[in-house]
Amino acid sequence: MHTALFWFLAAVSVISALGVVLQRNPVHCLLSLIVTLLAIAVMFIGEGAIVVGFLQAIVYGGAIMVLFLFVIWLLNLGVEIGPTGHIALKFFGTLAVAAMTAELMAFMLPPHLEVKYAGHVAGYGSIDSLSQKLFSEYLVAFEVTSVLLLVAVIGAVALARRTSASEIAQNADDSARRAQGAS
Amino acid sequence: MRTLVQTLLASGFFGRNTPYDLVAAIAVFVLSAAVFLGVAFPFAGIVSWVERRVWARIQSRVGPNRVGPNGFLQWLADGVKHVCKEDIVPTDADPVLFKMAPYLVVLAFVLPWAVMPFSSALILADLNVGILYMTAVTAITVVGVLMAGWASNDKWSLIGGIRSAAQIVSYEIPAGLSIFPVVLMTGTLSMQGIIRAQGWAPQHWFLFANPFTFVAANILFISALAEGNRTPFDLPEAESELVAGFATEYSGMRYLFFFMAEWGNLFIIGAIIATLFLGGWQFPRVSNNPVVMNVLELITFNVKVLFLVFVSMWVRGTLPRVRIDQLMTLCWKYFVPIAFANMIGTAIWVAIWPEGNPVAGYIMFAAGIVVAIVFIRRVVFYAKRSQMELYYYPTI
Amino acid sequence: MVPLPHLMALSAAIFAIGVLGFLTRRNILVMFMSVELMLNAVNLAFVALGSRLGTMDGQVIVFFVMTVAAAEATVGLAIIISIFRGRETVQADDLTMLKW
Repeated sequence: MHTALFWFLAAVSVISALGVVLQRNPVHCLLSLIVTLLAIAVMFIGEGAIVVGFLQAIVYGGAIMVLFLFVIWLLNLGVEIGPTGHIALKFFGTLAVAAMTAELMAFMLPPHLEVKYAGHVAGYGSIDSLSQKLFSEYLVAFEVTSVLLLVAVIGAVALARRTSASEIAQNADDSARRAQGAS
Repeated sequence: MRTLVQTLLASGFFGRNTPYDLVAAIAVFVLSAAVFLGVAFPFAGIVSWVERRVWARIQSRVGPNRVGPNGFLQWLADGVKHVCKEDIVPTDADPVLFKMAPYLVVLAFVLPWAVMPFSSALILADLNVGILYMTAVTAITVVGVLMAGWASNDKWSLIGGIRSAAQIVSYEIPAGLSIFPVVLMTGTLSMQGIIRAQGWAPQHWFLFANPFTFVAANILFISALAEGNRTPFDLPEAESELVAGFATEYSGMRYLFFFMAEWGNLFIIGAIIATLFLGGWQFPRVSNNPVVMNVLELITFNVKVLFLVFVSMWVRGTLPRVRIDQLMTLCWKYFVPIAFANMIGTAIWVAIWPEGNPVAGYIMFAAGIVVAIVFIRRVVFYAKRSQMELYYYPTI
Repeated sequence: MVPLPHLMALSAAIFAIGVLGFLTRRNILVMFMSVELMLNAVNLAFVALGSRLGTMDGQVIVFFVMTVAAAEATVGLAIIISIFRGRETVQADDLTMLKW
């Protein structure tokens, strides 16, 4: 990745990440989040993780964020009026985050972290190498993830459906009775 | 590209110490602007005129025929009119997002052109993840449409935007799953790689490679129509219920942008299908001159794409709009399971015949010809029975 | 080539912003978005380190994180919707009871 591109993307992602936290309108927060995620996706591609970068754009930009937007509209959320939450929480939260940032930076920034960079082998980050890894070394984890997705879908449907199980049973009884009455 | 930049630098036009990257950036900028202003945007305009003419002939009307020869300049007149109109931003709209939304939609329309395989040499960037790139950048449309729908602060726009998003996100799944059979057979995601794996003759196309790819091609075409908000899936802008859907509050140039992207997307839909299933630019090797070959390939590719564009106009002129629940039923209860079955079927096929089965290609192609003949005979039969007056002249 | 510390520092900064949002905002949806921000900061660190070490493992982990994030988003949003049905609010401060 070119250094100028890195600084540009870094500025975009940090500013839009701040936008997520600081804006009052949830829709604006969400759109800032999309910008952050796309900037990170471009950074993935610049770092050689091409397939993962595009997957990030498809999965996050195309699917998860749209899900969020749907929920915001379904709940009809407007702009938050006035500050919410305890001021003490905000104060100590900010202090804690500042301390954490200082600590992380102290760990990340010194040059001892720099590893000797040998250059990528041919095909690094391509779909071949990713799936080689995924279906050999991480096969069990992959299968477990697919089960996780299935469970998540079932859980989401069960949580979000409007009628409870007893109502369904009631409806079934009613229709059965009606069918009997008709015959 | 690289040689072009080096020639420019060597010519001394930019001064002695200009950095290479700057010149490269300027060259990319100018070239892409030329491609979009010279190819993509006029294409979208001309397609709008062609579509109105085709649609009119299907409905026994004349269509626009006043501006220029046979109304050919109608698209230019419409464009000039829209550019000259006042650009209104409603008072209660969210101004920033309202203004930004059309640009995002146009962005999702121009980005796929980067990997468009016009011929064996004419491709801007043959990415090794070409088709994945295509899917990723067309996913931006949904953000733009949702933004337009929400920022307009209008019920019609909002309903149109939500319908559009639901539709695009749902149909992305069968569309993506229908791409996988081809990827399984070729083992590459690059557009040129997929085309090179096919031949110029129809029996070597992936459309006829095995029964599963044939079904996948049809699913992909229908899903792509739904993703492009085309009739019979144009619920987001259903005039009779939603005025103009997510574009209701837009006027002037921003309105033009939405519809330019919609018409231009027809080319992209056609190009994806032509690349994956119809052999792309493949043409028999009649000459050793690379220029002649590339021109022939360019023509082949464009004929295939424009045929698919015509089919989608035909569909638009013929079929009524579906209901939203029918749309979702079609996607989730039929297309997604069938697309999964296709994928598994293709995987088994590839496991049995890793190099493909040439006999199957011939049989599938023959079956395709039989289906086409039956179709044409039925059309002729009904045309005779209804005793309609047919005008065979394309111009009036 | 971008030095690794820069990438790691950027990842740390985005992570810190995510934590800040999670602690200071009381709208459940925005808190949720902050979690996504933190996940992506970590993803960036994985990709950067994997790229420098020349292994694909970092990217595989990112792949799994994305899947888990998708599952988490579906279930989380379904929970938010069912909370909203009962309480008509998405402010975390208003949800003080464990049961309703």
